[in-house]
Amino acid sequence: MSETMADRKVDRSHMQVSDEVAIQISNMNKWFGTFHVLRDIDLTVNRGERIVVAGPSGSGKSTLIRCINRLEEHQAGQIIVDGTELTSDLKNIDKVRSEVGMVFQHFNLFPHLTILENLTLAPIWVRKTPKREAEEVAMHYLNKVKIPEQAHKYPGQLSGGQQQRVAIARSLCMKPRIMLFDEPTSALDPEMIKEVLDTMIELAEEGMTMICVTHEMGFAQAVANRVIFMDQGQIVEQNNPHDFFNNPQSERTKLFLSQILGH
Amino acid sequence: MSDTHSQTVAFVRDTMLPEKSPPTSQIGAVRWVRENLFSGPLNTILTLMGVLIVYYLILHLGPWFANSIWNADSLSECREILAGASGACWGVIKDRWHQLLFGFYPQDAYWRPVLTFVLMMIAFAPILFASVPRKLLWFSAIFPFLAFWLLWGGSIWYPVLAALGFLVGYVAYTVLQRVSSLVATIGAVAAPVIWWLFLVGPIGGVIAGIIPIEIRHIASDEFGGFMISIIIGVTGIALSLPIGVLLALGRQSDMPLVKWICVGFIEFIRGVPLITLLFTASLLLNYFLPPGTNFDIVLRVIIMVTLFAAAYMAEVIRGGFAALPRGQYEAANALGLDYWKSQRLILLPQALKISIPGIVNTFIGLFKDTTLVVFIGILDPIGLSTAIRADSDWNGLFWELYAFIALCFFIFCYGMSKYSQYLEGQLKTDHR
Repeated sequence: MSETMADRKVDRSHMQVSDEVAIQISNMNKWFGTFHVLRDIDLTVNRGERIVVAGPSGSGKSTLIRCINRLEEHQAGQIIVDGTELTSDLKNIDKVRSEVGMVFQHFNLFPHLTILENLTLAPIWVRKTPKREAEEVAMHYLNKVKIPEQAHKYPGQLSGGQQQRVAIARSLCMKPRIMLFDEPTSALDPEMIKEVLDTMIELAEEGMTMICVTHEMGFAQAVANRVIFMDQGQIVEQNNPHDFFNNPQSERTKLFLSQILGH
Repeated sequence: MSDTHSQTVAFVRDTMLPEKSPPTSQIGAVRWVRENLFSGPLNTILTLMGVLIVYYLILHLGPWFANSIWNADSLSECREILAGASGACWGVIKDRWHQLLFGFYPQDAYWRPVLTFVLMMIAFAPILFASVPRKLLWFSAIFPFLAFWLLWGGSIWYPVLAALGFLVGYVAYTVLQRVSSLVATIGAVAAPVIWWLFLVGPIGGVIAGIIPIEIRHIASDEFGGFMISIIIGVTGIALSLPIGVLLALGRQSDMPLVKWICVGFIEFIRGVPLITLLFTASLLLNYFLPPGTNFDIVLRVIIMVTLFAAAYMAEVIRGGFAALPRGQYEAANALGLDYWKSQRLILLPQALKISIPGIVNTFIGLFKDTTLVVFIGILDPIGLSTAIRADSDWNGLFWELYAFIALCFFIFCYGMSKYSQYLEGQLKTDHR
């Protein structure tokens, strides 16, 4: 798995974790009907952290990060994002959502809008940025993800990897302080995974606070400062990547690692 | 094959193959005929039967069309000219042309519906075609009030004041916004309703007394023909789409009260025949309204037809929403768009695009259903055809009138269908 990263030297000069708390989750619980998906989650994310969340499917890792921008509602406990507590108050929810960028497994670009319109929509309608300025920012980020020439095409004309890079650029146009990635490479062909991971590494190099649900363990080793392993709705183990991969403590983690790294 | 690789690799291509054109036997008209008409014994038999049916129809309908009589003032005159041969007597359409178009609308005011029709084309242009300058949309916005004034006449101040009702609603909303957004929403609905019901009449009367600008008032019972079909059909189409959108959104709402009102409305309206709603409009409403109220019959019919179509429209659009992936809602939310913005910018455009065939289906159904108004005494083309046949001049004539009415309806409905196909092509961005 880690061979995708082998040719990439990661520049760590700007990857600094500050003392400032970006996300504070305490004693959070969530149920789908009667099914207890998230159990007593406690997690503090400092600004500048790059966290990879791993675990078997159904372990609640996607649900956890979807709670952070309230795509899922938690039923007990507390989530504070950038000093704003997530409650049923719609104003708080919109505030958090405009500060937190999210990248989805299936990109979720808007198929009826061009790439440029996809990127400028939220800045224009949520941030009230003038159209020309929003387009300049959009072109800046399209350059950054290396597809400025696609600006006037529709999402359906792009490859999966290009679409995912557009989706990352779309989130960045809102100048988020935190980025959430929900299995961003799981729906991609192997050839395209690398281009998306490269974009994510660049983002990490600039010091972005990131939480990534991913199975790319090479990415975790190269970029993450912390790996969280979840199973059955609970955080089973968390550690720095070196110790997590080389010296896992729990039996469940050892089994998981042997399964995904063993072949 | 070069020898360079033959020892080391099983097979390797040195040069890529160029593109070739298909064999000539695989293209052309002969191939099309053989494949589509005579591909097997069954298809050959069906093709020959089809040819026979077409031949039979031409044999029998041909002379009827060929002997068409256009210049005749009565059916008996037609029969004299034909002298026993079979032939269509289109003279009736020439003779009753104005009546079929305008009903009993006063002759000297025919310019008013004609002008309205021309202005309608202009008002529709920017809505239907993206290439038309957007500034024309202003004309589209004032057209309904202008059309009302031109068709029914009377003082110009009533439609002007009615249009101002929307401004009243807007002002009420902005003023009450300082209190709370709920109060503002209620005010934005209540203020114009009060304005229309209680203030437009007296204020209009006063202004009309000071500055009288008016054309002759023409009452609804003089309306008829294709004019009334188009008035009811176009108004119903224009209003049922936005109401249908609101009902579809309401049906998906998290607020139980809104949801149950919308579900109840849709299920009730869809569950009763249109004709019962029309009878309700023409007869029953009189019992409920205060005595002496003059609630225009055409207006009542338009309301009923609109509500009927809106209920169907809501379900068609709900189907469009259901076809959208959940990810579209999530992406819109994750970007911080609020409910109305994500509906307007992301979800509704996609849902409407998916629903175009169903929406146009409903439009066409609505337009043809306008012929039902004949049962409550409005003289639409069908009603007029009965009236014309009751005249001794044209007694005994059937086919020609109905064929003409059917052709006119077909032209309108086929036009809508063609436009919807054009629109689908214009909006196609998925590149599947």
